[in-house]
Amino acid sequence: MTTPKITARNVSVYYGATRAIDDVSIDVTQDEVVAFIGPSGCGKSTFLRTLNRMNDTVPSARVEGEIYLDGEDIYAPSMDVVQLRARVGMVFQKPNPFPKSIYENVAYGPRIHGLTHAKGELDDIVEGSLRRAGLWDEVKDRLTDSGTALSGGQQQRLCIARAIAVDPEVILMDEPCSALDPIATAKIEELIHELKGRYAIVIVTHNMQQAARVSQRTAFFHLGHLVEFGATSDIFTNPRAERTKDYITGRYG
Amino acid sequence: MEHTVKAFDSDIGRLRGLISQMGGLAESAIGQAMQALQRSDPALAAQVRAADKSIDAIEAEVERLAVQIIALRAPMANDLREVVAALKIAAVVERIGDYAKNIAKRVPLIESKQRIEPVSILPAMARMAGEMVRNALDAFAARDAEAALRVVESDAALDDFYDSIFRTLVTHMVENPKTIGQVAHLLFVAKNLERIGDHATNVAEMVYFAATGTQMADRDRGGQATQQEPR
Repeated sequence: MTTPKITARNVSVYYGATRAIDDVSIDVTQDEVVAFIGPSGCGKSTFLRTLNRMNDTVPSARVEGEIYLDGEDIYAPSMDVVQLRARVGMVFQKPNPFPKSIYENVAYGPRIHGLTHAKGELDDIVEGSLRRAGLWDEVKDRLTDSGTALSGGQQQRLCIARAIAVDPEVILMDEPCSALDPIATAKIEELIHELKGRYAIVIVTHNMQQAARVSQRTAFFHLGHLVEFGATSDIFTNPRAERTKDYITGRYG
Repeated sequence: MEHTVKAFDSDIGRLRGLISQMGGLAESAIGQAMQALQRSDPALAAQVRAADKSIDAIEAEVERLAVQIIALRAPMANDLREVVAALKIAAVVERIGDYAKNIAKRVPLIESKQRIEPVSILPAMARMAGEMVRNALDAFAARDAEAALRVVESDAALDDFYDSIFRTLVTHMVENPKTIGQVAHLLFVAKNLERIGDHATNVAEMVYFAATGTQMADRDRGGQATQQEPR
């Protein structure tokens, strides 16, 4: 086993007095796609958000335990959260491009993170990111159009291009296809396949077929507990835990 | 626990019902074929051959329903294993039906004025084979891995039975060369019964996999060896 990219140890998350995540430990390696599944309210999105400290913005949220990125404690006081979120990018359920041009959507991150100042280099980053996100051919002739003018699926790929423009190490995806039609969904899934290996990817999804299609390992959450975490092919053909079995076969949730 | 989508449960229930029905038909085909053989009753034998068509029809229905369940319900885990097992079991039970039909086909060919003595030991073997079929299908209905294991283990006894009948029939042929033609048919009947036992064993192995998610060959055996097919 390769050294983990992300290591979470005994992580619990509280919203006020409510414990949303209870003592979860998980490793994610550089070269894999990990899917988080579980019924609504099971804590999978909450846990995903601890991985780049998105919960910091929720005043009542409190995180216990340790999370390491390449062995570095991301909750250490010395951690630069802005830098962390560049290293651990995020794609949300609803595509949320900036109300700016397609070009600016992608160029914004590299510019504010000071990755480049030269126009030519920035052009290269924008083109490369859009290509990797599988969007370049569709938008190359209208880079000055507003990002919000694109279709939902294109907007989501634009958001992925925006996330990868700052050259992250990990991409977190929180139900990235739930607002997309099947073709746009297939394109995102194909994209996940292509991005795999270059970035560690963690995806939260309610679509179990999607988890089965895109991930190598799957974690099943229920009521804040990590019930089972294993090879995706095992989870969907022969889960060990009764609760996992009942959930994936459609008996509750 | 029931599925949230109730129609899924009724689909699976129907699939199980078809398999039981098929198994029941195959089991009675074995019994009737043997009865026809015992009594030299070509009419009953013809009936067995005709009844095989309904086994084939149910197999086609199982196939249709299983494909429909996979397409419309996208079954997972134990549900998926069960649907796949049902599909495979239906094909095996159809083969068992064919062996019974083959026994029935030999009835008119064996007909003779004088009764060939060794015919009397075949029904006991047929009962044993039929029981294996029933037990394997009961194990499927109950998703009972232990019962499936017992079916597999019982195959050795059927194989021993076959060996002893084989020797008896050969001895009979040596001593009564005039009956060789008829006794040769009985050899095939015995072989058919032995093959039915093998097929019941296959069904039991599929039941075991559907119930546990592990292949029977890979299971932890507490020092006990698996039964090896001797032929």
